[in-house]
Amino acid sequence: MAFKYLDHEADIGIWASGRSLEEAFCEGAKAMFNLMVDINTVEPIKSISVEVSAPDIPSLFTEFLNELLLLMDTTGNVFSNFGVRIARGKEGYLLHGTAKGEPLRSEKHNIKTEVKAATYSGLKYWKAGGTHNLRCVLDL
Amino acid sequence: MRIELNKISDYVWEIPKTGSMLVPGRIYADENIANRLLADVRAGKEWNALKQIINVAHLPGIQKASLAMSDVHPGYGFPIGGVGAFDTETGVISVAGVGFDCNCGVRTLKTPLALEDVEAKKTELADALFEIVPAGLGSTGKIKLSVEEINEVLVKGAEYVIEHGYGLREDLEYTEEHGKIGGADPQNVSMRAKQRQFKQIGTLGSGNHYLEVQYIEEISNPKVAEAYGLSQNQVLISIHCGSRALGHQIGSDYLKILESASKKYGIPIREKELVCAPFNSDEGQRYFSAVNCGINTAFANRQVIAHLAREAFERVFGLPPEEIQMLYDVGHNTAKLEKHRVDGEEKDLLVLRKGSTRAFGPGRKEIPKAYQKVGQPVLIGGTMGTHSYILHGTERGMEETFGSSCHGAGRRMSRQQAKQRWRGERLINDLSTKGIIIRGHSLSGVAEEAPGAYKDVDEVVNVMHLSGIAKKVARLKPLVCIKG
Repeated sequence: MAFKYLDHEADIGIWASGRSLEEAFCEGAKAMFNLMVDINTVEPIKSISVEVSAPDIPSLFTEFLNELLLLMDTTGNVFSNFGVRIARGKEGYLLHGTAKGEPLRSEKHNIKTEVKAATYSGLKYWKAGGTHNLRCVLDL
Repeated sequence: MRIELNKISDYVWEIPKTGSMLVPGRIYADENIANRLLADVRAGKEWNALKQIINVAHLPGIQKASLAMSDVHPGYGFPIGGVGAFDTETGVISVAGVGFDCNCGVRTLKTPLALEDVEAKKTELADALFEIVPAGLGSTGKIKLSVEEINEVLVKGAEYVIEHGYGLREDLEYTEEHGKIGGADPQNVSMRAKQRQFKQIGTLGSGNHYLEVQYIEEISNPKVAEAYGLSQNQVLISIHCGSRALGHQIGSDYLKILESASKKYGIPIREKELVCAPFNSDEGQRYFSAVNCGINTAFANRQVIAHLAREAFERVFGLPPEEIQMLYDVGHNTAKLEKHRVDGEEKDLLVLRKGSTRAFGPGRKEIPKAYQKVGQPVLIGGTMGTHSYILHGTERGMEETFGSSCHGAGRRMSRQQAKQRWRGERLINDLSTKGIIIRGHSLSGVAEEAPGAYKDVDEVVNVMHLSGIAKKVARLKPLVCIKG
């Protein structure tokens, strides 16, 4: 549905919302990549699968974002389009999904700031009036 | 929310130990800095530094006080500018006390050139540095490492890259821990972390990282300046960066491990980012070992960048690399085992410095022989438009702050606010009229780093100087700044 940035002196907070939990996760990923490049310039040419698990939803969000950072470094791609499925397992939550994008090119993607990591700071998941909300602070 | 902040002396403030706090909070600040911290609390800012100082004061085994230096501002878990010293038997270790960029720090090199030698060729120098030193999102270094080679970097740090031709053997003498900290077992670093590092050795990164050519505008302490080999108008090179993606991945990996450990050992957590493990537990020891690997990676990284900077100076000025010597290399995101006096007794402590520079005074065995009498150089990075400083460590700092100082100016405005207020192109033009050449890979990145988004570095350093924690030696002014 949407994402926005929250003021934090040294780093930055992201807030993502969606009509489903899955949509909120995808918006969060877009928020993070839009800090690094203009995501509108990134074409979803390559598709890479993502799989993470965590004991609860907030930790799953951090895990997901950190996994995408790892995939960016190891594959050389930036991503703009995401699709995920989240299931509840025995020991918490499992996320399966895909990240679509293309190799990072400074002349095409208007590179901005590197994100070092998604932190547990300000990490929160809440539901309000049918909207799923996620929030965390990213280390820049 | 109300937080009591009492003035103890002109430059020291205290949050009294109340409720379940184990120690008080102690902040080095003048009225202006203290008022800003209180204003954040009054405005109801969720992420405020005083609250973070209080949270750290609750961590098991913390000694004396939860400390904050004069550049304090909100971080994640620990405030930036925060220091916590922990008993090695009863204390904990936390990712938030080190940060995701292990051993982010500053290395300063001394050139034999004076301001007037560089002025005429400044643009050429900026272009050479910008071309030679990889920086910015997605940049890769010239060195491509295999897993086995990365494992060697994790253990041998700067020494490994010097053995492979990146720098001089004598650089190690002037690097903290001789560029190679012990207790670094690569088995404690995940393959994922190593995979992220294959191409990143010798890259600057982005955000607040930089490579700057500066000159000494003023010497405040001629005796110490002489011991450091510094003189008026001398041109220096400063490199600010850390352990790159490998360090970031160590943080992400161990955040999960320490989250489970907090539950396993029943450690009450006031903010999720402050998850921690007893230092003596298996989890705590593994994380500490991984941090040491990250520390060595950062030393290696700054070593390679220093080599590249020497290359640029050789190209532009025909200066042989050995004529550019090290002043010092010191980290400001670290976990270190150190001996300090607590209540008159010498104790083994784990000192976590999150955005705080080690500032050891005279006589400490950890500092280079040449600096034994005057204390170590404390390298304080300003912004691309303002001063940087070289201070020296003092006995007072050893007594009061476990030998720790501020590390920079400290932000006062968020990156979002900065981008709304400044434009990259305009800033670059404005600074060029002041004689400072900026080369950046990202215009929005330059806007985020606008000098106006930071506290006044002169004021921040004055607090350290006047409180006697670290004393001024030299004030530097930028000539060229390379940003990611």
